Amino acid sequence: MKVINFMGQRTLATIFSAVLLLASIGSLAINQLNWGLDFTGGTLVEVHYDDSADLTAIRGVLDTQGFAGAVVVSFGTDQDVLIRLPQGYSDKDGGRLLETLQKDYAGEVELRRIEFVGPQVGDELREQGGIAMLVALGLVMLYIAFRFQFKFAVGAVAALVHDVLITLGFFSITGAEFDLTVLAAVLAVIGYSLNDTIVVADRIRENFRKIRRSDPVEIINISLTETLDRTLVTSLTTILVLIALAYFGGEMIHGFAVALLVGIGIGTYSSIYVAANLLLMLKVSKDDLIIPVKEGADQESLTP
Amino acid sequence: MLNKYPLWKYLLVLAVLSFGLVYAAPNLYEPDPALQITGDSSAQLIDEEILGRALGALDEAGIAYFGETVSENQRTGLIRLRDGDKQLQAQARVSRALGDGFIVALNLAPTTPQWLEDIGAQPMRLGLDLRGGVHFKLEVDTEAAIERRMEFYVNATKKELREARVRGLVTLDDKGRLEGRFRSEELREQARQVIADNHPELVLDRVEEGDNWYIYGAMSEATRKELNEYAVSQNLTTLRNRVNELGVSEPLVQRQGQNRIVVELAGIQDTAEAKRILGKVANLEFRLVAKVDAPSSEKQRFEYRSADRAGASEWLERDVIITGERVSGAQASFDQNGRPNVLIHLDSEGGTMMSRATRNNVKRRMGVLFIERKYNTRYEEQADGSEVAVKMPYDEKKLLTAPTIQSALGAQFQITGLDSPVEASELALMLRAGALAAPINFVEERTVGPSLGAENIRLGVKSVQIGLAMVVVFMLVYYRVFGVAAVMALAANLVLLVAAMSLIGATLTLPGIAGIVLTVGMAVDANVLIFSRIREEVRNGMSPQMAIHAGYERAVSTILDANITTLIVAVILYAIGSGPVKGFAVTLSLGIVISMFTAIMGSRSIINLIYGGRRVQKLSIGGRQS
Repeated sequence: MKVINFMGQRTLATIFSAVLLLASIGSLAINQLNWGLDFTGGTLVEVHYDDSADLTAIRGVLDTQGFAGAVVVSFGTDQDVLIRLPQGYSDKDGGRLLETLQKDYAGEVELRRIEFVGPQVGDELREQGGIAMLVALGLVMLYIAFRFQFKFAVGAVAALVHDVLITLGFFSITGAEFDLTVLAAVLAVIGYSLNDTIVVADRIRENFRKIRRSDPVEIINISLTETLDRTLVTSLTTILVLIALAYFGGEMIHGFAVALLVGIGIGTYSSIYVAANLLLMLKVSKDDLIIPVKEGADQESLTP
Repeated sequence: MLNKYPLWKYLLVLAVLSFGLVYAAPNLYEPDPALQITGDSSAQLIDEEILGRALGALDEAGIAYFGETVSENQRTGLIRLRDGDKQLQAQARVSRALGDGFIVALNLAPTTPQWLEDIGAQPMRLGLDLRGGVHFKLEVDTEAAIERRMEFYVNATKKELREARVRGLVTLDDKGRLEGRFRSEELREQARQVIADNHPELVLDRVEEGDNWYIYGAMSEATRKELNEYAVSQNLTTLRNRVNELGVSEPLVQRQGQNRIVVELAGIQDTAEAKRILGKVANLEFRLVAKVDAPSSEKQRFEYRSADRAGASEWLERDVIITGERVSGAQASFDQNGRPNVLIHLDSEGGTMMSRATRNNVKRRMGVLFIERKYNTRYEEQADGSEVAVKMPYDEKKLLTAPTIQSALGAQFQITGLDSPVEASELALMLRAGALAAPINFVEERTVGPSLGAENIRLGVKSVQIGLAMVVVFMLVYYRVFGVAAVMALAANLVLLVAAMSLIGATLTLPGIAGIVLTVGMAVDANVLIFSRIREEVRNGMSPQMAIHAGYERAVSTILDANITTLIVAVILYAIGSGPVKGFAVTLSLGIVISMFTAIMGSRSIINLIYGGRRVQKLSIGGRQS
């Protein structure tokens, strides 16, 4: 089997990653995220008209009936309408809005959903989400440092941060809504990307121990080539189901599927280039991976 | 011999799989649309006669039904309907035929066969986003409860200092602390003694400033916590009682975190009504028993609530002394003589009103009314001939007790002369149920209409099917015979996942379905790892049997590492997430754990059955093998 010279392109990959990261961080700093209702608080009403809905008329009615600041958009089809009220409306206004719409329309306005989120809940959620991500990263780093070696932990966590930042950056740049399910998806990306990185790291470790007299670049290239088939196949099967979810899962799950698609796309790339690249930068060597003395030996006398 | 499992391993895989099939089976039976009939008080039993009246109404309307039953304790009746579209119509007919006093709720009755039910198999519960309903998140305003308690301390202290003849000014300062201002250090020391004796739970602090000697009292952290706990658990009990008024088939009232309560009501559309009932505050009234010679324009007659005194009644004055809003607590206890009593706490305003009203009425009796909201249903004919049910709310007021006032009452008093500790605790419970211990606010509300719920199920199932189909085709094309093993392992994974979720009573939500879809994608990963390892070993010149063996052996540690880290993330998601995110975390982690069994042991036993123990020239695993 021909060894593909992945690491030959590492300067290019570093530049590519740096550009993506800078763009993401820049956009996150300037545009921030388009926080969904779960985080900002406010009211959201989704209704279904039995005929195509006239958004301009609806906006007019809402303006005159005391729903200033209401955002009216169609949702999926031209019969489905999504109305968002900013924070400051009470929990009773969703029901009042529905009545207002029905009064103004001869046919039937069917309620699909009302969501009201108080401001305190949103703030807490943002805080919890951030903490969850940090805790996840921390624990994962510990686990890898314990199972592999510290340099691998740094590489894996750097790859994770890379993937999460770029996924968030994607949501910031496109202005797509960032709600609770998207947060769940970003956390799932952490799990997934990790999965990929570990499979590669596992093989790098194995080859460092197995292959003699080879330089680290060569060993990493061999490892990446050997695992390439698996990396691509697993990403492909996951991406297949995600595409099914994004296209057929309905509007409520769309953001979730898109976040995972972006995250997994980036995760596949990062497990090849970011983690391995960082290992080289940290000057990983055979000495880092000496096989520990077998169980039962005097562990105390071992120093890594 | 390579690649042959001992018999017990095959049997284990088979046993786990059939176990999964059995416990997943209840999900295949579609539930019947049904009506559930309950009395609106626990005394109202459902008997054959009542059921007969309900069935008569359905017969008359030409609505087909079957399998009507009454539960063993005679609390609920269930009628299954043939046609789901007629459920609402049937509900209207039956509630009209039965009249007020009964709650007729829409329900989905499981059709799990008896033998499955007997072994504890049940279908998964559907989340609100899949079947429609309302989700409320309420926040208990514990700060308000604490403030009320501090007011009580201030008033009690004022009175105690007056009695002890310690002069000083006691107020509630803007930080919510008790503040006492005194002219000398001795006075303050006396006051400190009094407060410390009467309210040991207060933490006292002394400050000198100019001519004034101050003392500050704040609740200790432990007392605050205790009060917080009390307020939240009190609200939970009250909300449970109120939710029952709504007549929902499986209501969920659950505490979440420090001071939040989640209420989930399936099938409810009228959220305004639900909120009104959940959020209502006052439903106790304290009134004096009317004098015998009082004119009838000034008095009202009320019946006793308890069954032992059914029919007995008292005349009460029309003036209300205080309502339940002023009651901050009630506990059953014993007096000095060991007789059961009930201790009642009022807030400061309530205490003032109570002392004003009772000062000049010692030896008269005071009645405590318990108020419940009930409905009269009227039927109005519309212009087009259809009938609309109009619900007219009214308050049913019944007398809990009418004790004699022994002395002027304040913010804290007791009701004595109760017959038994049981009676005392029942009275305390009713008093507490009448008053929310702390105000509640709605901080989150989500309503999902039934059509959106049905659509979410349809779309969810469809995306699982399509995603699954694509993965199956890919695996078969790419890995040939080994692909068949992987696909069978995947199918087993799904069956076991559904079985596990049904068994632990997990609720299936839309993010949960997304978790299943993601599991499908990731569950094949373990097999992909193994198979690509086998291909590699074959390429390196290993014999087919050796390659299979080595592929499985060597991939296992990688699979473990990869899955454990994903599991870490899933557990964190579960720990911090709420509602929908939790659902996703549960399916994801179950899926991962199960995939380790099915993808490693499950697929291995199939491969072993196909290739094990014979001479094999070439493996059907796709890819170049030379």
